[in-house]
Amino acid sequence: MDWQTLISFGDQGWGDEIARGVFITVTLALATLPLGLLIGFFIALAKQSEERTLRIAADVYTTIFRGLPELLTLFIVFYGMQIGIQNALRALGFETGIEINAFAAGMVALALVFSSYASEVFMSAFKAIPKGQYEGGHALGLSDGQTMRTIIAPQLIRIALPGLANLWMILLKDTALVSAIGLSDIVRQTGIAARVTKEAFLFYGIAFILFLVLALLSSIVINRIEAYGERSEAVR
Amino acid sequence: MSEATVTSGLVEAQAPPPALPKPWTVTRIAGHALIAFWLFCAVMLVWYLIAAWDPAKVSRYGPRFLEGLGVTLTLVAISIIIGAILSLPVAFARMSKNPVLSGISFGYVYLFRGTPLLAQLFLIYYGLGSFRQELETIGLWVFFRDAWNCAIFAFTLNTAAYQAEIVRGAVQSVPKGQWEGGSALGLTRPQTFGKIIAPQALVVALRPYGNEIILMIKGSAIVALITVFDLMGETRRAFSRTFDFQTYIWAAIFYLIIVEVLRNVWAWLEKRLTKHLVR
Amino acid sequence: MKLAKTLLAATAAIALSMGAAAADGHSMKIKIGTEGAYPPFNNLEADGSLVGFDIDIANALCEEMKADCEFVTSDWDGIIPALLAGKFDAIIASMSITEERLEVVDFTSKYYNTPPAIAVPKDSDIAEATDAALAGKAIGAQSSTTHSNYAEEKLSSASLTLYPTPDEYKLDIANGRIDAVIDDVVVLSEWLETEDGACCKILGTLTPDPVINGEGAGIAIRKGEDELKAKFNAAIEAIRANGTYDTINAKYFDFDVYGG
Repeated sequence: MDWQTLISFGDQGWGDEIARGVFITVTLALATLPLGLLIGFFIALAKQSEERTLRIAADVYTTIFRGLPELLTLFIVFYGMQIGIQNALRALGFETGIEINAFAAGMVALALVFSSYASEVFMSAFKAIPKGQYEGGHALGLSDGQTMRTIIAPQLIRIALPGLANLWMILLKDTALVSAIGLSDIVRQTGIAARVTKEAFLFYGIAFILFLVLALLSSIVINRIEAYGERSEAVR
Repeated sequence: MSEATVTSGLVEAQAPPPALPKPWTVTRIAGHALIAFWLFCAVMLVWYLIAAWDPAKVSRYGPRFLEGLGVTLTLVAISIIIGAILSLPVAFARMSKNPVLSGISFGYVYLFRGTPLLAQLFLIYYGLGSFRQELETIGLWVFFRDAWNCAIFAFTLNTAAYQAEIVRGAVQSVPKGQWEGGSALGLTRPQTFGKIIAPQALVVALRPYGNEIILMIKGSAIVALITVFDLMGETRRAFSRTFDFQTYIWAAIFYLIIVEVLRNVWAWLEKRLTKHLVR
Repeated sequence: MKLAKTLLAATAAIALSMGAAAADGHSMKIKIGTEGAYPPFNNLEADGSLVGFDIDIANALCEEMKADCEFVTSDWDGIIPALLAGKFDAIIASMSITEERLEVVDFTSKYYNTPPAIAVPKDSDIAEATDAALAGKAIGAQSSTTHSNYAEEKLSSASLTLYPTPDEYKLDIANGRIDAVIDDVVVLSEWLETEDGACCKILGTLTPDPVINGEGAGIAIRKGEDELKAKFNAAIEAIRANGTYDTINAKYFDFDVYGG
């Protein structure tokens, strides 16, 4: 078979399978992003809290999830969480087979890793905001929450953006690991095609190019967002 | 008329007023709850590992774990060192004014930083395998035949791309005035680089270098997928025969220890090397 | 033995009738885990469908049990953990019944049994399928299989290379990265008949070791699910008796895979 047939859509080719893989990769990364950002933001808040116990708890969190290989975190979440939850439910007297699917496990594991790195980015962004901004908020009679929402957060996001963009690129690449727990992402789908057709170079090459295209598209979108964030600065 | 007051003695030294009771704010409760949660996890983990301790399994799989650990560390050490050497010309090409050189170097860096290490590894190991004949005629097959070589090759190319960016960032972080100062003193550009720029750039590059090594140690966990059995590979092998979840827990402990040791060594190194910058 | 069989069949029949009664109206749902990378037993086609001997047998068994079956593919390395974690209810993926696996899962009776064999490139200088002849050679096997265990223990003079699926060792022996591969004789012969297998030949079959290789391939289920096990056993008996098994056997092989 020539390569056009091999990558065509339909029953003969692997095009449709690979397209589904792209869809899984992109949805997984997009689904992980908000979860990871949210957790990361709270971890950053905890890390600069005046409460010592909170700081320690947050440090333990980042130490663990930045220290473990992503693949290992994925396995522990995929197998461990399932066994743990089932045992816990059984202890409570429920006899149901709750199932954590590979997508959810991948999302949770990637979010754990993403958030521990994101918390560092948020932390340094917090540090870059002068204390006077908080004091200004208070002087205007705003509550802590209002100050955070209307004064700090908008600046924070702008400062953190380059760091977060970098993390997004890493997240996109890390999704490749979910192929190891059986989620049909780009790497898994092209891998199956490569093994069945014995055209390893063609299909792994396709995987390589697809990731490159995703990275390229991401950087275009990120540049747009950055330009949007800096629109008020350009005047100066 | 009242009498003048006469001090009959000094007031005894008093204990400081008792500290105000710390209110149980939401954050304080949350902090304690989270610490309690981590402690609970730690106790459960230790209890689990004691309960699951099995001398037969330890004597059978323990040495293999250590072997795997050795494979992981050797693999990372070799790739980081060759990668560091390779990254220098790449970084300089990237900074050069020659558009062809900087274009090629940019392409290389973009390719390897934009795609997952896993895809690169598969492409090199299985993909190049399809070109056995061609590789044999140019005599390269001897090298690519071996999975270990392929792993080193893929990891080196990958880390060289990242390290080139570290070098570039560090060199460019040194103010232009430093170059000008060098030429004002009559130094040639290589001399300026060696005596003035490089020492300053290295201090800046130190932290990213440490992060890169940690990333490589973690990233190397995928190498078992091309038949090189590192720590992660041995873990999976032990798990697939015993179905005992503690194998993963042990691997996690091993990785955490390596990464933490490295991180602390690096923090110490950084503190030592930047002593002169502390005011 | 005969008594035991009759008893088994009887209990199975009772269990089956109970199951059928319980499932009246809404048929029983069973999720079946398989690998999808082990032709001719189970593999994925370009259109995403599963085909193979295991798949046909599984479908026949489900029809016999009047069960509604759904296939789930899983990597071989993680297939038992996935069963234990409840991601599916049974594994029908040519899994050999071994002591090691019996410690964590339960098995039905076997549904086929074929010996392991070794394949080498056609121009290989390896003379016979023995440890001595393979000394110093690189031998490939799929990891976590009885075959990899066999190579590790019985062919310890050779260096063992482990692959996630058979497809990868097939690529690598064709590339010359390894000198020999060990797998089920049926799997190897099927591959040698294809275009990709033109590189190689069967060196010889190996005498199975009862402890390592077990007593044939069975259906793995979680421990304690005796009802499901009994149903599967009864269904295996039934398709053996009514000729369905022979039809499927004839579709894939020109010999009896059930074994002695």
